[in-house]
Amino acid sequence: MSASTSRRALLWAPLGLAAAGGVGFWAMLRGMKDGSYDPRGVPSALLGKPAPALTLPAVEGVDTPGFAPDALASPGSPVLVNFWASWCVPCVVEHPQLVALQRRGVRILGVNYKDRPAEAAKFLARHGNPFAGLVADADGRAGIEYGLYGVPETYLLDGGGIIRWRWAGPMTPDTLSAELDPLLRRHA
Amino acid sequence: MIPELGHFALALALALSLAQAVLPLIGAQRRDARLMAAGPGLAIGVLVAVGAAFAALLRSFAVNDTTVSNVVQNSHSAKPMLYKLAGAWGNHEGSMVLWVLILALCGAAVAGFGRNLPSGLRARVLAVLGMIGAGFLAFVLATSNPFLRVWPPAVDGQGLNPVLQDPGLAFHPPLLYLGYVGTAVTFAFAIAALIEGRVDAAWGRWVRPWALASWSFLTLGIALGSWWAYYELGWGGYWFWDPVENASLLPWLAGCALLHSAIVVEKREALKTWSVLLAILAFSMSLLGTFLVRSGVLNSVHAFANDPERGVFILALLVITMGGAFALFAWRAPSLAPTGLFAPLSREGALVLNNLLLCTIAAVVLAGTLYPMFADLMLRAKISVGPPFYQATVFPLALPLILAMAAGPLMAWKRAKPWPVLQRLWWVAAISFGAIALVWLVQGKPVLPALGFGAALWLILGALADVAERIALFSRPRAALARARGLPRAAWGGAVAHAGFGITLLGMAGMGLATERLTAVSPGESVSLGGYEWRLEGVRDVTGPNWTSRRATVTVTRDGAPVTVLEPEKRNFALSRQSTTEAAIHTTWASDLYAVMGEEEGGRATLRLHHNPLAPWIWLGGAFMALGGALSLSDRRARVGAPARRSAEAARA
Repeated sequence: MSASTSRRALLWAPLGLAAAGGVGFWAMLRGMKDGSYDPRGVPSALLGKPAPALTLPAVEGVDTPGFAPDALASPGSPVLVNFWASWCVPCVVEHPQLVALQRRGVRILGVNYKDRPAEAAKFLARHGNPFAGLVADADGRAGIEYGLYGVPETYLLDGGGIIRWRWAGPMTPDTLSAELDPLLRRHA
Repeated sequence: MIPELGHFALALALALSLAQAVLPLIGAQRRDARLMAAGPGLAIGVLVAVGAAFAALLRSFAVNDTTVSNVVQNSHSAKPMLYKLAGAWGNHEGSMVLWVLILALCGAAVAGFGRNLPSGLRARVLAVLGMIGAGFLAFVLATSNPFLRVWPPAVDGQGLNPVLQDPGLAFHPPLLYLGYVGTAVTFAFAIAALIEGRVDAAWGRWVRPWALASWSFLTLGIALGSWWAYYELGWGGYWFWDPVENASLLPWLAGCALLHSAIVVEKREALKTWSVLLAILAFSMSLLGTFLVRSGVLNSVHAFANDPERGVFILALLVITMGGAFALFAWRAPSLAPTGLFAPLSREGALVLNNLLLCTIAAVVLAGTLYPMFADLMLRAKISVGPPFYQATVFPLALPLILAMAAGPLMAWKRAKPWPVLQRLWWVAAISFGAIALVWLVQGKPVLPALGFGAALWLILGALADVAERIALFSRPRAALARARGLPRAAWGGAVAHAGFGITLLGMAGMGLATERLTAVSPGESVSLGGYEWRLEGVRDVTGPNWTSRRATVTVTRDGAPVTVLEPEKRNFALSRQSTTEAAIHTTWASDLYAVMGEEEGGRATLRLHHNPLAPWIWLGGAFMALGGALSLSDRRARVGAPARRSAEAARA
């Protein structure tokens, strides 16, 4: 190839790149319509599948009991599984929403992620305890099994123990009204 | 009635824009002066029509017209007037009208100020602006009509997101849009040049002021947005590498590269193909940002309401504009022959390096922004690209850029010798290295803040050295003042903008040493942070126009002497059932004392306290950068017509 043809080819490169990007965006928009592409952080691996069992001990120094590994297998009614830690600032942001959900009668099972039990107890004493059951994932193994993205992170399980929804990051009042409440109604 | 008139004005503007897109273009091809002359009149007509539509929209918000669906969704009678009006552009539909209005303003400005442009170039530029305007007006009318009515009328509006009720945010979008839309004008110049097959010094002189103006507004818009995030979101950070923030950074980077390469086109008639490509890229990045924010393909706290239908329309606009522009570029660019040659070590060489680094940074940010989306699409993998990625990739690229920023302006055109540059910068380098060593010794481990301080001093002192050299401050100090007065404003502008970036770096380096503390205290208790004692005096209820709040009083003392009283609060907006945290900030200019109020439990209040050294200089630096842009813009040479007009007048006399 001579220098001038390779220079010409180079001038076409922006068009090629832009076209490839355009096809990708088109596929995303199509996927958003039929549900196969969702930008809101849902892991396709777990969605619609039974929740992995959690064989973990209760958190020492907190009155909330732990829960058995099969508690998630078929809870009978929708359950939220919330991964949190006392060291995480967004968890402080999210906590009022969890307390509000608990007051409305939603069952929340907590997984205290890579935390010191004493710190976790202090956190709950300070901010309120919305959890019906609470276990400690001290080494983060359950987090790996769930494909945790970070804390806080929340999973909605339906009555049959199937994962229906996942929220990575703090749930805000908007998240509750726009995302979670319709799902809670649907799976109630 | 008024909303219908607004709707009609939009439709009229679309018709006029279509005419503006076609008539001058045909005129320029046929060299028909009458058809070409239609352009300016049509551009002003579009401005009048879109202005009328925008005024109608503002009125609907001002009188809280609850028969207009947009008002019902985004406003409320209890809101203060400023936020009622700001609500007009705080939503997707209204912000699109503002976007088109600014585009129409730019078109009218080209029509009004462009009398000295070659008539063919002006006609083609106006035609391209007409095409863009027509595309966006069609988008507004087809998918996002802001004047849609509801019947029966709602009792009252549903309020605006309280987080958005803030003066900073009221002015953030207009500034950002001025910047985005400014890139449309440079784009139009690039397309017109490709059609004509000619890029010369005059083209560079015309593109540079537009690139400068758009870049300055983007700088202000980004700085204001970052400041808003700092004081309103209450997270204590100022930049989160959020996709939407990146979407505004990308055209800024491309525009910054363009305004530097346009200098080379103007002075040396080199880098023509490259400058045209940059102009296209800058506008493409603006459009891409619009697409990302408004189509819902990405997940962000800043994104507008999601609607795939709208996304398809914007994608179509994006494909037509970018595809058309890049195809035209590939076809016509070979005809733009470079004329000016230069050695690698020269002013041009430094500007090429600046361009390469800026574009590489832009490519890295673009990759980081798009990669999670494409990974999700193709690999079905959820990946988040966060600050660690950008820190690891952008900082190493920024370092040589910063080194070149101080040295470049001291180099000669065509061919520079390294020795004189070193001679003028050795003291700057010595002080910068001294600062790095000092901060490192005092602060210990983190290397990045120390480097940041060194880089900041290098830039600020480098700008001083540049000005000192130009006015011969050291060699012939007596005439220096007179020479300073005679120095072109563009030279002052460049120095101020470079120093402004240094000031921003200074603030960022200071923030690298920030400390924070999350604590729960009862009234009367105090904690210490950053050498200050923070004491919670009490918490009380406060009622505002459309909110109630819990406000804490925190007195801050240093060595027993009172410094300030901070009043962070947690506001509840009953109407939208939302709450916001209002951070309390006291600035001593050397640092910000920043307090955020959290939950209360059993008489104890959760407080998050931050000590942010040098934080305010981050945004002040941004203001300095924009000031540099404005100074450069006010240079006589930027007003292309001035010398030509004067010589014409001289000839007449």
